[in-house]
Amino acid sequence: MVKSLYGGRLAVELAGLKMQTPVTTGSGTFGFGLEFRDFLDLEKVGAVTVKGTSLLPSAGNAGQRAVETPSGMLNSIGLENPGADYFIENTLPQLRRYDVPVIVNIYGHTPEEYGKVAEKLNVDGVNALEINISCPNVREGGIVFGTCPEAAADVVSRVKAATSKTVITKLSPNVTDIVSMAKSVEAAGTDVISLINTLIGTKIDIERRKPVLGNIIGGLSGPAVRPVAVRMCYQVAQAVSVPIIGMGGIMCAEDAIEFMLAGASAVAVGTANFVRPDTAETIAKGMLDYLDRHGMKNVTEIIGQALPEGKESMPYYKK
Amino acid sequence: MAKTIADVKITEEYFLNDSTKLIEVYAPEIVRQAEPGQFVNVQVCRNSMPLLRRPLGIAGVDREKGTFSMIYRIIGDATKILAEACKGDTLSIVGPLGRGFDLSAEKPLLVGGGLGLAPLLFLADKLEGSAYLLMGGRNREELFWRSLYEKICRKILVTTDDGSEGTKGTVMELLPQMLQEGYDCVYVCGPVPMMKAVAAECIKAGIKCQVSLEKYMACGLGACLSCSFQGIGKRLKVCTDGPVFWAEEVKEW
Repeated sequence: MVKSLYGGRLAVELAGLKMQTPVTTGSGTFGFGLEFRDFLDLEKVGAVTVKGTSLLPSAGNAGQRAVETPSGMLNSIGLENPGADYFIENTLPQLRRYDVPVIVNIYGHTPEEYGKVAEKLNVDGVNALEINISCPNVREGGIVFGTCPEAAADVVSRVKAATSKTVITKLSPNVTDIVSMAKSVEAAGTDVISLINTLIGTKIDIERRKPVLGNIIGGLSGPAVRPVAVRMCYQVAQAVSVPIIGMGGIMCAEDAIEFMLAGASAVAVGTANFVRPDTAETIAKGMLDYLDRHGMKNVTEIIGQALPEGKESMPYYKK
Repeated sequence: MAKTIADVKITEEYFLNDSTKLIEVYAPEIVRQAEPGQFVNVQVCRNSMPLLRRPLGIAGVDREKGTFSMIYRIIGDATKILAEACKGDTLSIVGPLGRGFDLSAEKPLLVGGGLGLAPLLFLADKLEGSAYLLMGGRNREELFWRSLYEKICRKILVTTDDGSEGTKGTVMELLPQMLQEGYDCVYVCGPVPMMKAVAAECIKAGIKCQVSLEKYMACGLGACLSCSFQGIGKRLKVCTDGPVFWAEEVKEW
């Protein structure tokens, strides 16, 4: 049972996932949460979303794996992680000492593998699974699951069948039509949609005349992507009946509020964790200030307010 | 030991040569804990360009004054902005970060080149006069470091690529015979080719060697995994498992 924070003013619930603030962390930007204990109180973060976890350990990509870009950064870490067994045996027991919901981001290389890792993580101490569908499908010649509505739906239904946890599907922005992707994973049974994952990009070193990243292509994150993410949140919120976790370049409370006004029921802090490691906690204070300034009691009141007809524009609330 | 995020005041800043600056800040909490070989992550401006902090080695501490210094070369946008910061300005700093040097050597030899000489400066100070130093540089102009080290080292040997000071060539011109002089640990920080050559020579001679690695990193906290590499049987992160490693641990330079 998670204790109440801020008089419950910032509490949100997403398909059974109860959070005391609407702020979680972007997978891959917060380690396993434990790395940030010197800077913030983990119990004052709405939920801790941990590093993308796969069935087997993964070393990730070779060569330079990150580079700064204007108001952002590109990364091609390649989903390095110690594997689900290691996480369950070594990391989860430490995380369980904290009274905070844990969301485990998962990925696989085949639809079956997604199901297997979900099944393995269907253990006490894990509150939700977030499916990373931005991973190449080895069976389909490396086409990313998240860019094909059918492949994404297949992954979602396999994870749903393998777990009793809240299932969140994290959408890739690297698609022509984000709304059709959202509808496809909703139809496949996802409980929550999170968006956006990184936008793919490349940086060239003009002196060496070569791409900077060993992997050539990396994922762009940080404030540079925020308008893209807010737009996608705004569109998807009007099209689906499941709650949304909005993310993409959130650095402060004002940025988080922007996503909630665009229809997100919760938000995730990503790259900002690298810049100010206390952000996932301190955003709450700025949200309370905003509510006070606008004469509102609960953060749930702002959800969807910037949509054409406010909350009424959201099938999630009309449902 | 706790890492902190702190807004700290600049107490001193000056040029060491055309493109290298020393900056000193008042940060008693970081100073109390700082060990040679550790670094801090510095935010050079409050907006998002540049977005990420810059890791800088701790070049020395003054525990009485509560200050520590960093030495950096002005090479890009971020260091240009940092170079404009003045005495009295505030910087946001995260630290101290990483695992520093093992200090158990009785006859330590420090080998450094370029900005690698910054963290070694703190080490030499901590070794209280017992350190021998072998420093390499491109030419005489790069060896302003000598004056910083002179009072705190037992002996200093210099090599320059062009022979304008000391022995002509790299540190490898002198290292093999020096390793026969009874040093029980070599501490190396500098360009990768230097560290790789020194580490190999030390392993060959059966002398303990610690290397201080540098890899691109975003967080410095072990979260982003930008700086991870393959160690022996496990993945290692430069930011939290290092930046100082035993030479044997490094198989991937």
